[in-house]
Amino acid sequence: MNVVEASGLGKRYGGTWALRECTLEIPAGHVAALVGPNGAGKTTLLNLAVGLTAPSAGEVTMLGGHPAGSPAALDQIAFVAQDTPLYKTLPVADMIYITRSLNRRFDQPYAKARLDELGIPLKRKAGKLSGGQQAQLALTLALARRPRLLVLDEPVAMLDPVARHDFMATVLAAATEGGVSVLLSSHVLTELERVASYLILLSRGQVRLAGEVGDLLAAHRQASLEDLAMAYLRETQTSEVTR
Amino acid sequence: MTALTVPARPDKDDALRPVPWRRMAGITWRQHRIALAGVAVLLGALAVYEWLTGESLHHAWVAVITCHPASSPACQNLVRAFPENFLSLGSLLQVVPALIGAFVGAPVLARELETGTFRYTWTQGFGRWRWALAKLALLAVVLAAAAGAFGALVSWHYQPYFATGNQALGLPQLSPFDSDLFSLRGVALPAWTLAAFAIGALAGMLIRRVLPAIVATLAAYAGLAFTAGLYLREHYLTPLVTSNPNVPGTAWIIGQWWTKDGRFAFANPPLSLLDQFCSAGPGPSGKGGGLLFSQCLAPHGYTQRTSYEPASRFWPFQWIEGGWLLALSALLIAATIWLVHRRAA
Repeated sequence: MNVVEASGLGKRYGGTWALRECTLEIPAGHVAALVGPNGAGKTTLLNLAVGLTAPSAGEVTMLGGHPAGSPAALDQIAFVAQDTPLYKTLPVADMIYITRSLNRRFDQPYAKARLDELGIPLKRKAGKLSGGQQAQLALTLALARRPRLLVLDEPVAMLDPVARHDFMATVLAAATEGGVSVLLSSHVLTELERVASYLILLSRGQVRLAGEVGDLLAAHRQASLEDLAMAYLRETQTSEVTR
Repeated sequence: MTALTVPARPDKDDALRPVPWRRMAGITWRQHRIALAGVAVLLGALAVYEWLTGESLHHAWVAVITCHPASSPACQNLVRAFPENFLSLGSLLQVVPALIGAFVGAPVLARELETGTFRYTWTQGFGRWRWALAKLALLAVVLAAAAGAFGALVSWHYQPYFATGNQALGLPQLSPFDSDLFSLRGVALPAWTLAAFAIGALAGMLIRRVLPAIVATLAAYAGLAFTAGLYLREHYLTPLVTSNPNVPGTAWIIGQWWTKDGRFAFANPPLSLLDQFCSAGPGPSGKGGGLLFSQCLAPHGYTQRTSYEPASRFWPFQWIEGGWLLALSALLIAATIWLVHRRAA
């Protein structure tokens, strides 16, 4: 089963295409990393995948044919947006209540145990938590929904190194032990080295490279994911500059 | 750090039933309790004031109508002491629906869009248009109910001014169509509150920022309320036309003009005509002049005609106003939900 299937997918804002001609199949069971410079269209692609945005062209289906944003897709996909938006004036306990109420499935014991382990008090307002705690709270709420697919948009961009490490450890545990497929975007390449098993390289609104990390490294004779991405991004940028 | 294991998800999915609607009640309460508490405090304080002043007003009125004989100095003193300064709060109350609409309605979507929390809320299993519908419908019902209760209290408060026979006793007599009070009584107040809320919700969805949406809501509401009061309301039902100069004081006078030989003559008698036929009478002064003019002009073939809405049409007018406001509110809320459903975020 593919967690994401896009064909000819495009999104135009005004006169500019944030994403165009995107045809993609991401198989289940991976931590798939969406990599590219700022403005490459990563957030646009993720917003299309979770149904926040409607495509201007083409189509995208999730988890074996469910249209993005359909009830079946929403039910099985948990999304943590950039800057982890939470209701800042509400206590953590209310965020748990709201997430539980808005979903058919919610593992409250897991959420409480996890927050307890992280030392996040239930009575504290979400806005009073540190950046790392807010990210962990958003991730905990997402995982307690027991999704088949976890989608994360720039999850660690605002976090310090320790918080980054802890966050990615949780994501990796969910993927390896819980069998959750993960699709995450990042422009911090070093973080992805340990976790990503599938790579999608975006630049200027187009998919430049997609495939399993091992295959891509072998095919392009690169030692690491970072080298591969850097080489590829330099190449596409130079070619576009000289063109 | 030990990461807790994520529980495995059951492989077989039970048939996909939507998340029950009723769950939105607790969510709406948690997210809007401060705004709703604000409404409760505002309406509560005004209700206490209306109740206390209403009590003394009713007592004063009962004292006047039970006083015998009516022409005695004691009774005349009661009439003079009867409070006439009744409209100050009435016109002030006009802003109540506007405030409720702006401060409860506008933030519902504007705050989600401004702070980015829509990315969280709209990707949950409940579904975004269902979320918007449940939340807006719940708040609309609660606000309309509160406004309806408050409107009933306002109606009770002003009752003495609408009683027939006040004029004969020398008491102030209001038309039930009085423009300051019509929208505060009956079904009009909840309907106007609902309209303000719906305007606020749509403005918040379109403008996507809380403060500008509040300002826009107040402006749009004021425009609608003035248009309705000044131009629309008098057309709800065709006015009655009479040539009897004694139109009851409770009626809403729409227009007055003069005819001669069944044809329109003039809106106001020209001075030359008054000099010619009415020079013996008292000068053209104020309202009472109308009667006197009709006395001196009638023998010369002039008839004064008055178009008016009788007081008995109060409830039909209330239901007409309530009806179109309800339809407008439903339309605005439907438009808001449609925008939530399809809007590219």
